[in-house]
Amino acid sequence: MAIELKMPALSPTMEEGTLAKWLVKEGDTVKSGDILAEIETDKATMEFEAIDEGTIGQILVAEGTDNVKVGTVIATIAGEGEDAAAPAAAPAPAEEPKAEAPAPAPTPAPAAEKPAATERASDPAIPEGTAMVKLTVREALRDAMAEEMRKDDRVFVMGEEVAEYQGAYKVTQGLLQEFGAQRVVDTPITEYGFAGLGAGAAMGGLKPIIEFMTFNFAMQAIDHIINSAAKTNYMSGGQMRCPIVFRGPNGAAARVGAQHSQNYGPWYASVPGLIVIAPYDAADAKGLMKAAIRTEDPVVFLENELLYGRSFEVPDVEDFVLPIGKARIMRQGGDVTIVSYSIGVGLALEAADQLAGEGIDAEVIDLRTLRPLDTATVLASLKKTNHLVVVEEGWPVCSIASELAMVAMEHGFDDLDAPVMRVCNEDVPLPYANNLEKAALVDTPRVVKAVKAVLNRA
Amino acid sequence: MAKAPARKSAAPTKTASTPAPATNREMPRDPVPYDASPEELEKFYREMLLIRRFEEKAGQLYGLGLIGGFCHLYIGQEAVAVGLQSALDGDKDSVITGYRDHGHMLAYGIDPKVIMAELTGRQAGISKGKGGSMHMFSVEHKFYGGHGIVGAQVSLGTGLAFAHKYRGDGGVAMAYFGDGAANQGQVYESFNMAELWKLPIIFVIENNQYAMGTSVNRASAEDQLYRRGESFRIPGMQVDGMDVLAVRGAAEAALEWVRAGKGPVLMELKTYRYRGHSMSDPAKYRSREEVQAVRDKSDAIEHLKKLMTDAGVSEDKIKDIDKEIRQVVAESADFAESAPEPELSELYTDVLVEQY
Repeated sequence: MAIELKMPALSPTMEEGTLAKWLVKEGDTVKSGDILAEIETDKATMEFEAIDEGTIGQILVAEGTDNVKVGTVIATIAGEGEDAAAPAAAPAPAEEPKAEAPAPAPTPAPAAEKPAATERASDPAIPEGTAMVKLTVREALRDAMAEEMRKDDRVFVMGEEVAEYQGAYKVTQGLLQEFGAQRVVDTPITEYGFAGLGAGAAMGGLKPIIEFMTFNFAMQAIDHIINSAAKTNYMSGGQMRCPIVFRGPNGAAARVGAQHSQNYGPWYASVPGLIVIAPYDAADAKGLMKAAIRTEDPVVFLENELLYGRSFEVPDVEDFVLPIGKARIMRQGGDVTIVSYSIGVGLALEAADQLAGEGIDAEVIDLRTLRPLDTATVLASLKKTNHLVVVEEGWPVCSIASELAMVAMEHGFDDLDAPVMRVCNEDVPLPYANNLEKAALVDTPRVVKAVKAVLNRA
Repeated sequence: MAKAPARKSAAPTKTASTPAPATNREMPRDPVPYDASPEELEKFYREMLLIRRFEEKAGQLYGLGLIGGFCHLYIGQEAVAVGLQSALDGDKDSVITGYRDHGHMLAYGIDPKVIMAELTGRQAGISKGKGGSMHMFSVEHKFYGGHGIVGAQVSLGTGLAFAHKYRGDGGVAMAYFGDGAANQGQVYESFNMAELWKLPIIFVIENNQYAMGTSVNRASAEDQLYRRGESFRIPGMQVDGMDVLAVRGAAEAALEWVRAGKGPVLMELKTYRYRGHSMSDPAKYRSREEVQAVRDKSDAIEHLKKLMTDAGVSEDKIKDIDKEIRQVVAESADFAESAPEPELSELYTDVLVEQY
């Protein structure tokens, strides 16, 4: 039976084209790879190659014909030993594409049913009488990594100065001594390379912790964080995983200028397939780091240099793990909800203390995880206080603050007694001069002012 | 526009392989062409022909609008994936490549139906229709994709090698990339770490002469790409990628070196792609004569066919294989056309592994 040659689609957007020139005529013998015709698409003139061997039967669309629809039969080929002169019922030249080979219909897709949100796990109950120990955030992170490395020999730490130097910020102090150079690996200065190496090792079955000396340097590696780590599970239909933790300090430090002072929370939080965690205190740093190492999903774990040395109470329990995706109410209150994360939580708590002196009872929520965002906790608080202020050490545009304002619009509009307000850094690269840097960064007075404005108590 | 003059380097060399210049360092042994039995020749032929016919069919289905987006065909380069992967230990070794990945999947014996169904975006596709031509994986076969960002697979592959060494499982990673990717910075970051830590990896440059429309000579200051590892002390070998026995022979020499714990090897496979970079590339940057000359003089499948005839495999036998492969490919196309698209609920699955 004769093979029908159809007008080919030669680009992702082509719907019709011009049959510019035939390079064969009826009766010619052709083999795979021979150029049969030239076809002008919406982009270029393309050569149309034979795929099958045989003899050209009929040419059904003459050269020079414009607007030939993709799928139209333009010629027939008779296979070996077949009669080229008698093609099976030659179809009309301008025939529409056959029903048997439809392009996937561009009809508007019916909306897919979104899976219902799952009930978020709560923090583990701390037994009464549990001793609390004072730990710095730095120690808490180190302890979390060490505990998980003892439990699971697939876990290793890699990055610049993590081993012999004991960590540029001393977060990995002592790990080399306990776990050896095979599991605590100093790299060359090569962020793109070792982020990719880590992601590949995760695909190959290990559980890497990749330290960036700061997340500013991870910009060189962001391709692997997003394109390699975050998308793999989806692109492979759930077949290939990438359980990896990218961690390091994020946000402004002190007087280090524009290139070393940036909050990447909103950047990574916009990417489906990533988990983004940004803890404030030592207990959360420990419990969430352990959860981050354990999960099968890729995690961006945003620490803060200015918090590394601060001490907090950490429950002295074995295996303290916190749930990812669950915000924490740091302070109960009924007048206004102040939401923040990372270093901003400290400012929010300070502001709440000051406001209490003025008779304003603020509830403070630490998001802890930026993706998935615990909107339920924020909305429940908004329902109670009817006022929302978001505090963020980062730029205001396309921020976690702007995202939460939208969440309030979409799901809490009827609960709002006033517009949501955001307290963010100034919308400029971070300056070096002491006074300018102070002026650019969020601080407690600005939070107090915003809360009063939202409550109309200015 | 003037047609690019045919360059010497445009046609793959016919010598078996060129060792790197002598140094006082130890180097892998000089490769010799693989001595294949008639049965092995037949197996290579079957695999290479399957890739060619599959890719031709994919091109046809693209023309019918059944395959969308970008689709990069492997036609012309078949001897590379077949020759190299036939030398690997399927239970231990891992493979990763870029977006021109159909051939590498087929060389692993992965069912053509699930590959073609992925190309047509169907639920039965190997990535449930969510990956497409450039994003296919088979963890079962230790084939780790299928990556769309040029050069990314080199760092990822170095990570696979790191995992082999970390676990001490004796496996070797093979990371394929093109002559275009050979100019990406992360390739050299990876070379450095791989040699520094003596990782078990074979870096494979499939030099098909053109990075999309830019010839090697227009893009690479050092166009002898097998030398690109020298400043990292990675030994290089240049191999005729149109001769499956030369490829297999070189792979064995490289594997000996890597399995002995001596660190990575860089292989440059000189090959040629007959089709455009992707389906929508009119390939105006080279002459039709240049393509035809390679097809006529250096075609890997024709070359292998001759070896088979010389080894006493009958014409009839070869014809039977051709028929059988056409049948397999036709069935995969039928399957890929008739299999249903993914359920809409699949939109939201596999974003994350765990529930939070």
